[in-house]
Amino acid sequence: MSDDNKFKVEGKLADNERMKGKSHLLRGTIAEDLKDDVTGGFTADNFQLIRFHGMYQQDDRDIRAERTKQKLEPLHNVMLRARLPGGVIQPHQWLVIDKFAADYTMYGSIRLTTRQTFQFHGVLKPNMKLMHQTLHKAGIDSIATAGDVNRNVLCTSNPIESKVHKQAWDWATKISEHLLPKTNAYAEIWLDGEKVDSTQEDEPILGKNYLPRKFKTTVVIPPQNDVDVHANDLNFVAIAENGELIGFNVLVGGGLAMTHGDHSTFPRKADDFGFIELDKTLDIAAAVLSTQRDWGNRVNRKNAKTKYTLERVGVENFKAEVEKRAGVKFAASRAYEFTSRGDRFGWVEGIDGKHHLTLFIENGRILDYPGKTLKTGCAEIAKIHQGDFRMTANQNLIVAGVALEQKARIEALAIKHGLMEASVSNQRKDSMACVSLPTCPLAMAEAERYLPEAVTEIEGLLAKHGMQDESIIYRVTGCPNGCGRAMLAEVGLVGKGPGKYNFHLGGDRQGTRIPRMFKENITDTEIMAHLDELIGRWSKERTASESFGDYVIRAGIIAPVVDSARDFYD
Amino acid sequence: MTSNNGNNNFSALTEQQLQLLSSAASSLNSNQLIWASGFLAGLAGAANALPIPPSSLTTEQASLQPTLTILYGSQTGNSKGVANSYKASALEQGFKANVVSMSDYKPRQLKNETHLVVIVSTHGEGDAPDDAVELYEFLASKKAPKLPNLKFAVVGLGDTSYEFFCQTGKDFETRLLALGATALAERLDCDVDYESVIADWTVSLNAKLKDELKPVVTEQVMNLTPAANAVAESLYNKKNPFAASLSESLKITARDSVKDIRHIEVSLEGSGIVYKPGDALGVWFSNDEAMVQRILAATSTNAEDKVLIAETEFTLLDALLDKLELTLSYPGFVKKYQAQTAHQELAKLMEDKVALREYLSVSQIVDITEKFPAKIAAQDLVDALRPITPRLYSIASSQAEVEDEVHLTVAHIEYEANGFTHQGGASGFLSTRLQEGDKLNVYVENNDNFRLPPDPNTPIIMIGPGTGIAPFRAFMQERDATEAQGKNWLFFGNPNFTQDFLYQTEWQGYLKSGLLSKISLAFSRDQASKIYVQDRLKEHGKEVFEWLEQGAHFYICGDALRMAKDVENALLALVAEHGNKTTAEAKEYVTNLRKSKRYQKDVY
Repeated sequence: MSDDNKFKVEGKLADNERMKGKSHLLRGTIAEDLKDDVTGGFTADNFQLIRFHGMYQQDDRDIRAERTKQKLEPLHNVMLRARLPGGVIQPHQWLVIDKFAADYTMYGSIRLTTRQTFQFHGVLKPNMKLMHQTLHKAGIDSIATAGDVNRNVLCTSNPIESKVHKQAWDWATKISEHLLPKTNAYAEIWLDGEKVDSTQEDEPILGKNYLPRKFKTTVVIPPQNDVDVHANDLNFVAIAENGELIGFNVLVGGGLAMTHGDHSTFPRKADDFGFIELDKTLDIAAAVLSTQRDWGNRVNRKNAKTKYTLERVGVENFKAEVEKRAGVKFAASRAYEFTSRGDRFGWVEGIDGKHHLTLFIENGRILDYPGKTLKTGCAEIAKIHQGDFRMTANQNLIVAGVALEQKARIEALAIKHGLMEASVSNQRKDSMACVSLPTCPLAMAEAERYLPEAVTEIEGLLAKHGMQDESIIYRVTGCPNGCGRAMLAEVGLVGKGPGKYNFHLGGDRQGTRIPRMFKENITDTEIMAHLDELIGRWSKERTASESFGDYVIRAGIIAPVVDSARDFYD
Repeated sequence: MTSNNGNNNFSALTEQQLQLLSSAASSLNSNQLIWASGFLAGLAGAANALPIPPSSLTTEQASLQPTLTILYGSQTGNSKGVANSYKASALEQGFKANVVSMSDYKPRQLKNETHLVVIVSTHGEGDAPDDAVELYEFLASKKAPKLPNLKFAVVGLGDTSYEFFCQTGKDFETRLLALGATALAERLDCDVDYESVIADWTVSLNAKLKDELKPVVTEQVMNLTPAANAVAESLYNKKNPFAASLSESLKITARDSVKDIRHIEVSLEGSGIVYKPGDALGVWFSNDEAMVQRILAATSTNAEDKVLIAETEFTLLDALLDKLELTLSYPGFVKKYQAQTAHQELAKLMEDKVALREYLSVSQIVDITEKFPAKIAAQDLVDALRPITPRLYSIASSQAEVEDEVHLTVAHIEYEANGFTHQGGASGFLSTRLQEGDKLNVYVENNDNFRLPPDPNTPIIMIGPGTGIAPFRAFMQERDATEAQGKNWLFFGNPNFTQDFLYQTEWQGYLKSGLLSKISLAFSRDQASKIYVQDRLKEHGKEVFEWLEQGAHFYICGDALRMAKDVENALLALVAEHGNKTTAEAKEYVTNLRKSKRYQKDVY
């Protein structure tokens, strides 16, 4: 007997398991719901199933109560998250999404996200098929960007090491394709594709019940850790020799999501399984995924992610199973170092002589604001740009592969449309928030809408203490699921209730230390008061160039999280 | 399964038939029952037995006296009310008089009439009310008999703010004259404030008829007065409204809607008022004080000036606030205002009738006085204005559900023009000027032309775009509360799904519970080409026709000008297509629906 089910968790399966199992490989009755014009929403299982197709049902929460009183249902709409491995998008594709956002979304924006892709917010049901068909024509889909599957695969946005980046990005794409659901459901429902009998279909890698929980993969090129490996289930750390990619160190079991008040949940860093040769990449990816598929907890969704599986079965058992399934032995890890996570703004020249312009996009929200026509600016650039665009895991945008003779024109457009503002502080560039209110149904507190003013306050505090040239990696996430990756920030806020956050301190700048909760459930005003005091102390007591996160640990203000499974709640 | 059939063949009626007959009989008085027994015997006896019309239902003695037949054609019940009150006065004179709805009247009976009073209203673009259509068309057809022995009088009810004022009344007169009948009196065209002119007309007509209809005192005649009507009528009416209170005024179109539609709840507590689904609520309202102040300024009049209205003294301010019509414009005002002020520009405008009508259609009294300001005596201003009239709103609730509340669905009219905000008279009053808890005077206006089918098992098709949804909310509440088993199909339309789906969550609930069998939605602005309820009706033509064949009743509520006509055309088209009928046959099919009260409209 195989060991496939050796560590299977017995018990009553979570309801999502019934939902997936009965879905006819992700079809459900989505097609019927699309015809139901009495509601803008989806019913029962379809509400969950559309996530596997890259959409979340949301509504404008600001006016939910008002509409209920008006005898109107919530303003149901969907958010679409595209699948763009490594965040690379071509100018002609950009123009397509620019137009769709303007014509058919409630918010009119293109939202770059921490998953290195874009989201449309506020698409109404009658426009959903048009959306998928429009994207399909442009060569974009949204398959498996949400749900219990391997989601959009990230890849370091490194335009300088052009050759290594190209090779790494190819692998990100291959991994994404390899781990994608094979069901024809997406094509049938959204693209009017031919109907296929689901009983004749197979999901050889994901399995017919798909994964126990979401699964996130990255390809990372040190020394940058822009993708935040410790927020991901599976990471391929690019190892290059003489400018050529030769293989990957494989890190497994990172993840930041937790549940307020449930100490069986915690953020966790990934473990290093060792080095593999390039040609083993897909086998290893499939083996990690399938081991988690078979051993992951399908009884309790709160303990279903790979990180909990590793804790439960033991890292060595999990690793051995992966080696067995892939027919590969991990070699000793190659040396690498992460030094930063931020994007390098402005122009840089790659080793291929092409130029790359990284634009800072606050909150990743590309929209025309008064005096700052970001969306028009990006579209104008797309019209003349001959390279590609790269969305970064920090929610910024790179105009990549610009020939020298085009530099001036592109820069002029970027300046004209407010995309290259010299006044943006380092603090603002090192700050990040998830989408949160008003659209995200999970949000407990403001994030994106609160961030700009919060950063302004922190800038003020830094200036007050003479630290205006420094910055703190500051992240706000609206709920403990952690899209804003606050659990890898020097100062991380996790939404607890309206205007209230759990206040975490002590992460590092490289994203290799999880911050610990310093104060629970306090107001933004209280947080600023604490920061005022702490930044004041940091300015006086820091050693040369000591970061804020390192300082609060050294000063004993907060104890470091060393082994989060055991000490996160200490 | 067939063993009992032998018995049933000889039993008089099925249970259902028996129920229907009993229910019909329960509303008849003893004379009517006697007549009905003869009528039924006649039907059973021979094919030659034409039904004897109700007007000959009297004793022999009474039949010697000529009968005055009062026919009314009514959409909202005003003509019916005038007919009944005129009848009461005729009976007081000792005349023998019958009131009959045109929809219940057999046109061929006309040639037997000697004295006829026609009271008929006009709707939309000069259209006859639903229940008058058949008689109206008959009079113009080749089938119409010569009527040399007929003497008649016509009262038209209308509204001078419409172009084809009292057109139907005019047409009735023209057609009767063409058939050789003689006019007893000059036709009376009534504007919305008709009470006093009707009173004068009644006196004068009765004087003329005195010799024609010699009084013969007979108790039998008096017995013809349908007593049931009087009992059913509420203590409260247009002249004696109930001071209700506003319990809720809520905008139910979403914040980005191009429309402002309010859900209004009014408490009738303590009134004992009873209404039925299909009825309308008459709402008296006060004018906007800011608007009144502008009129005072434009006319150089003073708020405290004393004026007389129907011999009662008011301050001008109070008169303008509560007694006079200011939000609709009418040529009568312009004429009198110009006469008193000798305003030259206004005189010029009056010369071009079309231009004047167009101007009035977009102007309130305040706009006219501001555009043509002139000093006028307070009393002259008051005399130039016509009395305020209550507005009728189709009731959006059933008492089976809401008990002593009454709900309305009101389009709040508000727009900027000439530098300030204009509001609809009653809609502005209900939507913004009245606060929750404030009093408002209301009464119920019966509308027997818009009723749920008597049989709870009869399917219904409801076409109610926009505020036309109101009575169907009442219908569904009623059918829900009474557990009626008939199928229900609603057609609703408005500009946008996310903004204008009136009572969305209630319809979702009714769909879920199964009360609402089907809903067909037309949101005109949600796609490039506009889609309206009539388009949905066409799409579902086959099924709609099947429902009609199953006996479904078909209702339209809402805009009379375009929607009701487009829906009717769609109905005719689908009947022709799916019933495999010629245009004429389809028309006849729909006419029969109307005649059998299976096609009812509440349009405005």
